[in-house]
Amino acid sequence: MKYLKQLAIVLIVSLLAELMAYLIPLPVAASVYGLVLMLIGLITHIIPLRLVEDVGDFLVENMGIMFVPPTVGIIACVDELKQMWIPLLVAGIFTTFLIMIITGLVTQALIKKTGGES
Amino acid sequence: MTFFINSVYFGMVLTFVAYEIGLFCKKKIRLAIVNPVVIASLIVGAVLVLGKIDYETYSESVQYITYFLTPATVCLAIPLYRQIHLLKKYPLAIMGGVFSGVLTAMVSIYFIALIFGLTHEQYITLLPKSITTAIGMGISEKMGGIVTLTVVAISVTGITGTLSAEFMLKLFRIKNPVAKGLAIGTCSHALGTTKAMEMGEVEGAMSSLAIVLTGILTVIGVSIFANFIG
Repeated sequence: MKYLKQLAIVLIVSLLAELMAYLIPLPVAASVYGLVLMLIGLITHIIPLRLVEDVGDFLVENMGIMFVPPTVGIIACVDELKQMWIPLLVAGIFTTFLIMIITGLVTQALIKKTGGES
Repeated sequence: MTFFINSVYFGMVLTFVAYEIGLFCKKKIRLAIVNPVVIASLIVGAVLVLGKIDYETYSESVQYITYFLTPATVCLAIPLYRQIHLLKKYPLAIMGGVFSGVLTAMVSIYFIALIFGLTHEQYITLLPKSITTAIGMGISEKMGGIVTLTVVAISVTGITGTLSAEFMLKLFRIKNPVAKGLAIGTCSHALGTTKAMEMGEVEGAMSSLAIVLTGILTVIGVSIFANFIG
């Protein structure tokens, strides 16, 4: 009962998010609108935390398995991959390191500098 | 055999069992490189190739698992809400960090395109590779990239970030949990966030926040950078 109600709320937010993605002509995914909607709901207490917490934590903790099908999907585009697999791997691996390091160092330096006051 | 493959449960069972094996391996071998998503994908991929099973057949069976990706991403708001005080405490550092990350992504893809002599279409395909699949696909489609290859690039990026995060962050002495979470989320979207969640609630929340901010900044960034290679 408790879980069904929580799941229902999460699904309602997801549905509203899909509607937003359909109506707003930007290449922004429904899941991002949904995340923002849910966050606003929680901050304004329109959605009390206890009404989504259990199902929400379950979904977040088990998110990994949802990435298995898209990852396996790589084998379905082997032919298209042939034309540009080297730049794709360089972009996928090398740039990822670069972005991680730069974002981390810049954030860390800014936190030290601003000391958190604002 | 055909009976099994045609059953809707076939792909589901395969995925769940493969993921359990992945979780078991991770528990036994405590190494960052042993990741349940990667192990499970390798097992499923091997079964499909060896059993000569179409990816389409498999994908149809597991669509119910993939359907939950949106609700799960929506629920990333929950750990983010629990840590909202951090966003209020470090707004400048967070915005600055994510901005520098997105800029790095755009500039480095631009140089890769120059070095490898990529066409405009191929360049657009790679530009949105650090953001969550659904937005990345949307950008690639709208701007004229090759959508399936964008998805591959996003997967490779996610796996790279997930597997290397612990080592890279340690190597570059990035110790602050806010900085760690943002770094992971900015470079490797929701897949990386599963790793950040493991590191701690602050890391996970900041990584979720980074997915949203990176997604929005990349939409803007791609529309500017797309013009640089014609």
